[in-house]
Amino acid sequence: MSQVAHAPEHPTVTGIDNRKLLMWVFLASDCLFFGSLIATYLIYFGRSVVGPYPHDILDIPVTSVSTFVLLLSSFMFVLSLAAHTRGDYKAFRVWVFCTAVLGSTFLGFQVFEFQHFVHEGLTPRTNLFGTTFFTLTGFHGAHVTIGVVWLLTLFFLSLRGKLGADKNLAVDLAGLYWHFVDIVWIVIFTVIYLTGVALGPGVGK
Amino acid sequence: MASIAVARRESTFWDTVWGWVTTVDHKRIGALYGITAFIFFMIGGVEATLMRMQLARPEQTLVSPDVFNQLFSMHGTTMIFLAIMPLGAAFFNIIIPLQVGARDVAFPRLNAFSYWTFLAGGLLLNSSWFLGGGLNAGWFAYSPLTGLTYNPGHGVDFWAVSLLVLGTASMAAAFNFIVTIVNMRAPGMSLTRMPVFTWMTLIVSILIVTAFPVITVALIELVFDRAFGFNFFNVFAGGDPLLWQHLFWVFGHPEVYILILPAMGIVSEVLPVFSRKPLFGYPFIIFSGIAIGVMGWMVWAHHMFTVGMGPVANTVFTLTTITIAVPTGVKIFNWVATVWGGQLTLKTPMLFSLGFIAMFIIGGLSGLMHAVSPSDAQQSDTYFIVAHIHYVLFGGAIFAIFSGIYYWFPKATGRLMNETSGKIHFWLTMIGFNLTFFPMHFVGLNGMPRRIATYSAGMGWDFWNMVETVGAFVIIAGILLFLHNFFRSLRKGEVAGNDPWDGRTLEWAIPSPPPEYNFERIPVVHSRDPFWEQKHPHPLGVPAGASQQRPGNRAQQPAVAHAAETHEVIHIPSPSYWPLITALGNAIAGYSLVYRFIPGLFIGGALTMFGLYSWYMEPTVKHENKKH
Repeated sequence: MSQVAHAPEHPTVTGIDNRKLLMWVFLASDCLFFGSLIATYLIYFGRSVVGPYPHDILDIPVTSVSTFVLLLSSFMFVLSLAAHTRGDYKAFRVWVFCTAVLGSTFLGFQVFEFQHFVHEGLTPRTNLFGTTFFTLTGFHGAHVTIGVVWLLTLFFLSLRGKLGADKNLAVDLAGLYWHFVDIVWIVIFTVIYLTGVALGPGVGK
Repeated sequence: MASIAVARRESTFWDTVWGWVTTVDHKRIGALYGITAFIFFMIGGVEATLMRMQLARPEQTLVSPDVFNQLFSMHGTTMIFLAIMPLGAAFFNIIIPLQVGARDVAFPRLNAFSYWTFLAGGLLLNSSWFLGGGLNAGWFAYSPLTGLTYNPGHGVDFWAVSLLVLGTASMAAAFNFIVTIVNMRAPGMSLTRMPVFTWMTLIVSILIVTAFPVITVALIELVFDRAFGFNFFNVFAGGDPLLWQHLFWVFGHPEVYILILPAMGIVSEVLPVFSRKPLFGYPFIIFSGIAIGVMGWMVWAHHMFTVGMGPVANTVFTLTTITIAVPTGVKIFNWVATVWGGQLTLKTPMLFSLGFIAMFIIGGLSGLMHAVSPSDAQQSDTYFIVAHIHYVLFGGAIFAIFSGIYYWFPKATGRLMNETSGKIHFWLTMIGFNLTFFPMHFVGLNGMPRRIATYSAGMGWDFWNMVETVGAFVIIAGILLFLHNFFRSLRKGEVAGNDPWDGRTLEWAIPSPPPEYNFERIPVVHSRDPFWEQKHPHPLGVPAGASQQRPGNRAQQPAVAHAAETHEVIHIPSPSYWPLITALGNAIAGYSLVYRFIPGLFIGGALTMFGLYSWYMEPTVKHENKKH
């Protein structure tokens, strides 16, 4: 395997590729986006006038599994980036495909959860909990969906031989995004699920 | 000298149009931004004029109260999001790559996408006039006025969705300028040698990428409430209208600095050039700009002193708001010290910059008056506030923008604007502006509420309202003169040459108008005023605050230090229509969201995805221009 030294197209002041810097700034911006959604959720926490309330309906064991799936997908992506960096494109495709499958599994859990909640009588129109819960987790799910499409794009590009050593950055960027979306979920899982249930019926109302 | 053959075959009219539609050249995109924003500025001006005509005398019925509500709501939105912000973006586009010594912005196609998305958002917003009426709930659109119960029409939807689209455009542009400024400065241009305008652009861009997500969330909540029956601002479900106010102003106050910091940057460029002195206290101006950017996040609730937040919150926000006057004051002292003792050349750009300082001080002082919450309780929702906002945004931002237009017009077009017309324009604007807005302090303290469609005779407001309307027409006369001057100078103006003002920064080192690739060779920067040092290589140890003697014209000397590397090939990014296609997808999705047409959302989304994929697959440079 020949390691191709990849220099950026144009030297930059910081030494960081323009596209990578763009991704970091975008993620900083996205922090404020999710921060505002989480702030809205917290402000309205315990202010719903009718049920179902968080502790009635949130299922910690099931969501723990889906959280584990998403965390595992981040690990898979680390493996795929490492494979791509050392030039092992077959291994890259295997791992990136696994990442996309795990991401899709997480989305499957979310679809199942949403359907279950609607069945239990919680929709975005029911109460403030429903409104804020579906908006926050829905936008997170949209981010995961974009991520899965992105990962599959990389997979197919690699299949067609268009993702060589000069495109290592493209894999790196997708990784930054994927890990970020993963981290956001850890915050959401803590704030909505763990806190919401731990505080119980007295506060979580 | 080396010459570069740029293949540009624009023979027919349609070739020219196609050239502009697919352009990714930062200077052309800047021109598109400027022209479009100025058209929106005039639309906002027409809305303002209609309001002034309605209010010229008591109990007039020129427009109905409902139309009046739309006029002031759309006027505010238009001036802030479609005029001042994109006029700032026009300067960012044209000037920043030239000031930092780069051949283009970091992402030329993203830049084109920003412009087309901005245009889509602007047209979306203004099309509401023909599709059932515009927003009528004030430019900050307080809940529950925006709820379906009280506002069943589509005006609010048009407003909310167009601001989402415009936010996308602003954020895309801000990402681009952050990367350009951080990553693409010429060798030797450290952060402490960066021109002040570039610094302020960097701070503004950081504010945009952090503040716009907040209003994006607020607007999404509003749209979801209206389109899909969510409960964010539904009081019957426990929703809190104050949440809207907090989210809006958490964005809204950084937005104020997004509007004014570019103006401060322009003035900081113009004053030293026309005083023939280095900027006084450069580090203080930079750090004050950073301080304003940070503290701009800590003052938002001073817009809400009268909603009943309680004494603790009111006190805290009073204190933070008074504190933010300190860095602003520091800047003003530094500008005055820059001018002090200089060899002043009172050309039009300088006049507008000096006018900016004077008017902005007045706006700042009235701002301090309602920074104090008990005082604000008396002034809130009166014309005193209207006077304040116009002193900072018209007397501040617009004066500086005119200063910047007169200052950089010769660089962008190669011709000077007419000086006599410019001076008359300045005095018409100065007099008209003060006639229009200074009396608003009086009627405001006299109790005249803002946002009223008319008022009774005998309130003591008649005389000053008539004066204000007369002043508005003086401003209009100035604008018409400016337009005449602008278009005449484009064709018949005096040829400017590279450096008509004896400038200090890199953009004056290259031809006017700059070639497509800007810099034949990337310059190396050794000081804060690189071009000045190059023209006047023996700085006579001039102390800060002293004046420099005018030396002989040595501008022709080619004592230019360039990067040692020789660029054999200059990569000029190829034109692309994918940014336009992607923006079109956004526009289709926007209209669909307004009319709750779900299939349209998917069509728009699919078009956006298709545009993005094609954009990604398209090579950035198709052909290379040989240089020899």
